[in-house]
Amino acid sequence: MTNATLTKAAPTTESLTTASPMKAKAKEIDYKPDVKKSARASSSLGADSNKPVTVKMGVYDLDLYYKDFQALNKINLEFPENQVTALIGPSGCGKSTLLKSLNRMNDLIEGCRIEGEITLDGADARKTIDVNSLRRRVGMVFQQPNPFPMSVYDNIAFGPRTHGIKSRSDLDEVVERSLRDAAIWDELKDRLKKNALGLSGGQQQRLCIARALAVRPEVLLMDEATSALDPISTAKIEELVGELKTRYTVIMVTHNMLQALRVSDKTAFFLLGEMVETGVTDDIFTNPQDSRTADYVAGRFG
Amino acid sequence: MNMRLDTVYETGEGLASSDQIDALFAKVSQRHDARRRLVSVVLRGSVYAGAALTAVVLAFLVGYILIKGVPYLTPSLFEWKYNSTNVSLMPALINTVLMALVSLLLAVPFGVGSAIYLVEYAKRGSKFVQLVRTTTETLQGIPSIIYGLFGLLFFVTALGWGLSLFSGACTLAIMILPVVMRTSEEALLAVPDSYREGGFGLGAGRLRTVFRCVLPSAIPGILGGVILGLGRIVGEVAALLFTAGTIAQIPNFGASGLMALFDSARTLAVHMYVLASEGLYINQTYATAVVLLALVVLLNLAATFAAKKMNKGHKDD
Amino acid sequence: MANHALKEGFARILFLAAAGVSILAVALICVFLFANGVPAIAQIGLPDFIFGTTWRPANDVYGIFPMIVGSIYVTAGAIVVGVPVGLLCAIFLSRFASKGIARILKPGVELLAGIPSVVYGFFGLIVMVPFIRAHTPGNGLSLLAASILLGIMILPTIITVAQSALDAVPQKYYEGALALGANHERATFRILVPAATSGIMAGIVLGVGRAIGETMAVIMVAGNQPVIPESLFGGVRTMTANIVIEMGYAADLHRGALIATGVVLFVFVLLITMIFNAMKKRSEAR
Repeated sequence: MTNATLTKAAPTTESLTTASPMKAKAKEIDYKPDVKKSARASSSLGADSNKPVTVKMGVYDLDLYYKDFQALNKINLEFPENQVTALIGPSGCGKSTLLKSLNRMNDLIEGCRIEGEITLDGADARKTIDVNSLRRRVGMVFQQPNPFPMSVYDNIAFGPRTHGIKSRSDLDEVVERSLRDAAIWDELKDRLKKNALGLSGGQQQRLCIARALAVRPEVLLMDEATSALDPISTAKIEELVGELKTRYTVIMVTHNMLQALRVSDKTAFFLLGEMVETGVTDDIFTNPQDSRTADYVAGRFG
Repeated sequence: MNMRLDTVYETGEGLASSDQIDALFAKVSQRHDARRRLVSVVLRGSVYAGAALTAVVLAFLVGYILIKGVPYLTPSLFEWKYNSTNVSLMPALINTVLMALVSLLLAVPFGVGSAIYLVEYAKRGSKFVQLVRTTTETLQGIPSIIYGLFGLLFFVTALGWGLSLFSGACTLAIMILPVVMRTSEEALLAVPDSYREGGFGLGAGRLRTVFRCVLPSAIPGILGGVILGLGRIVGEVAALLFTAGTIAQIPNFGASGLMALFDSARTLAVHMYVLASEGLYINQTYATAVVLLALVVLLNLAATFAAKKMNKGHKDD
Repeated sequence: MANHALKEGFARILFLAAAGVSILAVALICVFLFANGVPAIAQIGLPDFIFGTTWRPANDVYGIFPMIVGSIYVTAGAIVVGVPVGLLCAIFLSRFASKGIARILKPGVELLAGIPSVVYGFFGLIVMVPFIRAHTPGNGLSLLAASILLGIMILPTIITVAQSALDAVPQKYYEGALALGANHERATFRILVPAATSGIMAGIVLGVGRAIGETMAVIMVAGNQPVIPESLFGGVRTMTANIVIEMGYAADLHRGALIATGVVLFVFVLLITMIFNAMKKRSEAR
């Protein structure tokens, strides 16, 4: 296991950076321009732990339409395993739409049509994986905390129950494990029977993260998960994300560029339904190749 | 395997490790898939069955009455005078219209006036407003037989109006008052405040503002309430048996003028009840049911139309 | 100017008076019902009146216990028949129906709500009662017939209220459940329906109110014997039926006893209204 010291010192993640093994590796990745080819290569290498990085999910030549409106245009992007990938860009650029395509939440929208390929561990996520197991493997945390109107315990247990875990003792284990993994066990262990809607906004959101973790996902999608929260709650969740990536692949949409800089390993910049640029987060922010990326990260529009 | 660093998480003594839980999921998931699919199919099936049953009941009920009743919609059923050979429903039909007119004439001014007071004049949440709310809700829950009893005790006996169209209409007016009031209130509340500001801005008084600026755009909503009330009037029996009586004649306005309002008069629904309980004119009863159904359908269409009109009115704002 | 102020003041008082009418109406109903019913109860004796199991006006014996039980039985039967079907239909309309089907079914439900109770009663008498007579002991005029008929009659109430409660559940709960890998059915039944519980309960209570107060349809199919029914196939008389059947010819204490039946029914309905309002407050507080 690598325990490399981080080169980038993020203010709020001081305590966990030492435990983050992937940063150094992320630096080694060479993003080849021919994504299609690298996708094929990576999917054949899926189990090879000697390779520096594995592509957990990939999006290839993705077009997405809402009725006649094209919301995404030929997107090619890969999400490396055990890293945090940030999707940034101004409102309406399609980053949330892309995120929701990854666990097929867009299926709920009438008139939404997708062309192209989305892969999970090299398999076609839309054709070969049943939608419910896809959503189990690719968990999601929403912009607005959305705990169910029931007890904390039942919120966490809903997912495991859905997937067949019935025994009380098993559920107890899963609930505690999930709450601990989401670093909220100590705050909630005495309130498991209380209604989740009575929690603060920040607690609700971490509860939702715990709820997502409780079905043992492999990928965690976060759709501006901190935008409705206060700065302290936001810091806690950012810290948590830094820890979660040792176990999960995290893909986050954020409006907050500093957050992307603090938390993510890889960043993709979107504009008007197109992906303008992607690369190692530090490079995107310090040395963008495209002038539009440069303008955005410099705060000239957004 | 992925890299797993349990040490960075909060750990619990003796708690299952993440890998153990992953294994548990893998074990259970496979087995659970078929069961889950079965449960889904059963649930989906029962939802569809519930809807289908509702639709079938409705179709059967309406269809049965139409098939049995339409052939007996003969001209003799619509003759002006009722007698035991033609079993004409015409007097009852006209009585229904009269009853509806008088009831609405009584209920609508009070209902709308009350709504105007609550929305435009009263302080929200005052004791008086709360009392009006509570009593309206109470009125809405009272069964029609209780209204009938009250009408009998108050209008028929205490006021000495006898079994009459007017006693019946007063009883029905109280019965539909809460409906008219609630819908009028909602309609007034839905009028944007800018309308009121517009009126006041032009220096109009409250009264003028209400009548010129607010009330006109609330009319479709109020109409919706009136139609709902009409529906109850048309179908009502229990409240009328002991207030309006069961005489199958049109009150004789020609001979006694407005005093004819104090004649007993059966409405169409009462007429149908009498026919059904006599059991002698089953076919004519079906035919009467068809006419009642037709009235209900007409009223429902009118209500839908009013609701559309109201929604449209506010979309333009 | 003075004229103007006078007009405004006058209008205000007029509207205030209109608003007072509902208060006046409730007060009058209470006064007249109680003034005419309570003396009869006093004369019969409250325990004998409520718990007496014999109703024999000819002998001046007035026990309405069979009618109270009858009303409760018939209402319970209507709930057993109407609630499951109504709830499932509401779930269908809220979460399963395509737009086209909803556009047909919804007006159908409204029509069901608008059909007068005499028409229901007649339908029950002509179609259901002979069917029950053919397949069960007894003459068909029964608790069973009344329960099924009332169950149908409260369907639209339950469907409408439950559907609006389900429609009001935020979409984010549904999305949250789906994102965990739950399918549509599980998300609907395990998340949406529980979240709408208080609204659904309010619909059921409203249905109970309608069932217990229903008169004409019940009279036509229930048989109306003033005894506690021995089985589902036995005849039953409700409080409402008791009033309508005998009011036409009753006098003196008999008449008082019928009005007192109305008082008891009124108290029942007031209780139901109070429960309903408490539930509505709770669901709004959510």
